[in-house]
Amino acid sequence: MNNLKKQDLKILCVCGVIFAIFQVLLYFEFIDPYWEANIILILINIILSVSLNLINGYTGQFSIGHAGFMAVGAYVGAIMTVKLELPFVVSLLAGTVSAGFLGFLIGIPTLRLNGDYLAIATLGLGEIIRICILNIEYVGGASGFMGIPRITNFPWAFWIAIFIIFFIKNFKNSSAGRACLAIRENEIAAETMGIDTTKYKILAFTIGAGFAGTAGCLFSHYYYIAHPASFTFMRSFDILTMVVLGGLGSMSGAITGAIVLTGISAVLADYPEWRMVIYSVTLIVLMLNRPQGIFGSKELSRKMFKFGKLGGKIHGGTAES
Amino acid sequence: MQTGKKLLAILCLGTMLAGAVTGCGKSGSSAKEIKIGGNLEMTGTGASYGKSSQNGIKLAIEKINGQGGVLGKKLALSVADNKSEAAEATNAMQKLISQDKVVAVIGPSISSCVIATTAVNAGAKVLDISPLGTNPKVTVDQNGKTRAYNFRTCFIDPFQGTVMAKFVKDTLKAKKVAILVDNSSDYSKGLAQYFEETFTKNGGTIVAKESFLQKDTDFKATLTKIQATNPDMIYVPAYYQEVGLIVKQARELGITVPMAGGDGWDSAKMPEIAGKAALNKTFFSSLYSPEDNTPMNKEFVAAYEKAYNEKPDVFAALSYDSTLLIAEALKKAGEVNSAKVAAAMAEIKGLEGVSGKVTFDAQHNPVKSAFIIEYKDGKQSFKTKIEPK
Repeated sequence: MNNLKKQDLKILCVCGVIFAIFQVLLYFEFIDPYWEANIILILINIILSVSLNLINGYTGQFSIGHAGFMAVGAYVGAIMTVKLELPFVVSLLAGTVSAGFLGFLIGIPTLRLNGDYLAIATLGLGEIIRICILNIEYVGGASGFMGIPRITNFPWAFWIAIFIIFFIKNFKNSSAGRACLAIRENEIAAETMGIDTTKYKILAFTIGAGFAGTAGCLFSHYYYIAHPASFTFMRSFDILTMVVLGGLGSMSGAITGAIVLTGISAVLADYPEWRMVIYSVTLIVLMLNRPQGIFGSKELSRKMFKFGKLGGKIHGGTAES
Repeated sequence: MQTGKKLLAILCLGTMLAGAVTGCGKSGSSAKEIKIGGNLEMTGTGASYGKSSQNGIKLAIEKINGQGGVLGKKLALSVADNKSEAAEATNAMQKLISQDKVVAVIGPSISSCVIATTAVNAGAKVLDISPLGTNPKVTVDQNGKTRAYNFRTCFIDPFQGTVMAKFVKDTLKAKKVAILVDNSSDYSKGLAQYFEETFTKNGGTIVAKESFLQKDTDFKATLTKIQATNPDMIYVPAYYQEVGLIVKQARELGITVPMAGGDGWDSAKMPEIAGKAALNKTFFSSLYSPEDNTPMNKEFVAAYEKAYNEKPDVFAALSYDSTLLIAEALKKAGEVNSAKVAAAMAEIKGLEGVSGKVTFDAQHNPVKSAFIIEYKDGKQSFKTKIEPK
């Protein structure tokens, strides 16, 4: 365990260096505002995909209502900042907690379902949240919540993303996390072993939903507006695509998925007519060649480079960690 | 445990990718052309708006370049897709300004998207003109102050009420009017309010004012009440679903007087809902009609049909006009300087476009002519054009 902590520290130092490099690049405007915007969007998407990976990848519960929780975080955060004029930290916490709480409430009945049924239920819940917001005049209804100041910047997004990555990594290695992995592998076996499956499923769902709320709060404080049209089920699918593309159950995968897909979308901005076509073809090709995702369920490691190939076996979803 | 190293590697990879991504895509604008940005709805729910807008802008640029361009330079268009979504629109605006170095931006047309982007273009002091953003907040901020760098080519909703009041008074010669308003919509209430103000000021009388709610289906009781007051004409500023039923039921009750409304009536579904015969003697105000017979519009419609094999719609026409406005502002400013172009834009007076002459008021809303369209046997036909003032 000691060894682990030392390594965590090492990585934190590396993060600090990366952060410094980017800050310098941004300061001297080597990165123009458009790419700065995309880097922040990438960081927000990393938070979303990593938190969805906790639910879908580690715990094995197929949820596709992530945009709904993101919307809750976005709106609650915006209310805190604009209407109540509280500091950004409070908005972030409130966004996270309210989305997490909603995840908890929703998780209790829906997590009794599994597989396709859970997917449909969460999809519906995401839409219900959006439609509710659409009809609340206090937050602008159909025209969206306007006049949110731009507070999110690169340092905020970067360190929150790092915090969440570490949080989820450590959660996975904790006893609760291992219980979640056991549930993914075989729910009945896990229950037989004495794991309270409902409790851990709800726990994972709550944490995942809460972090989606954090991402939502960062999102609305970056784009000046929280609009119901930004949180449709298409965004849930986008996040799910990132996770599946990277490899369900792999943190490296979720992060890579977020970077690759957001990056593709940004690079292709010059070809608006072809953007969605190329994007879709990329997905099809990747899924045909690597159905288990870029990383499968593995994590990026030095060992991987020694073998020279990313995970040789063509079967996804086994516990390698 | 390899997790630590794994994470390290992930981050390295992330940085590499981000670095690779940031490296590309820098393009300098050539000195020989002036770049105009199009922040358009190329995909998503508003995809048809974006396509029409792009067609309209391209046509205008071809025309201007054919006449020698502006300030001795050719105009060029860079399009960015906003996916009909507010956050993407902000990204697209950022891209157009920081990468393509555009001098002015056209779009988006969806109001919420424009409002989201205002902070970006105002921060960079780049002019933006929205072809169809009708929400008042597009050009005015929360405190009621005019946004210096935001304009629009369409008139705002309440203006339609004013225009229709004039038409009813002068052309239909009506003196007693009944108003039927959709109480669940700001659009409807705004139109009704301005209609009433203008109409009574011009000496008309409002004999009845009734209301209904969206998704209502039976209007016979209300219509009977209106019938009893014996009006010369009925004004129904609402959306086509309810309006269709209202027109149908009014004709069934034997109400034969003309009926009128705003651009919410503009739908291919109207004849289906109301019935072709019932729609006779009904009129609505609109932003544009391809049948307008000014030489400029005729030329535009002919060129558009030749290029794209279809009639131009309101998005194409207003985007075309937006481009002309930017070209005019560039000429007035005399140099390619975004801030000066925006200042020049506010000064434009009486610029001839395909949708009428444009003059900007203090809130950057155009004061321009509106079109009155009449339904004849279920088909829309151009009736007249009403000039403001």
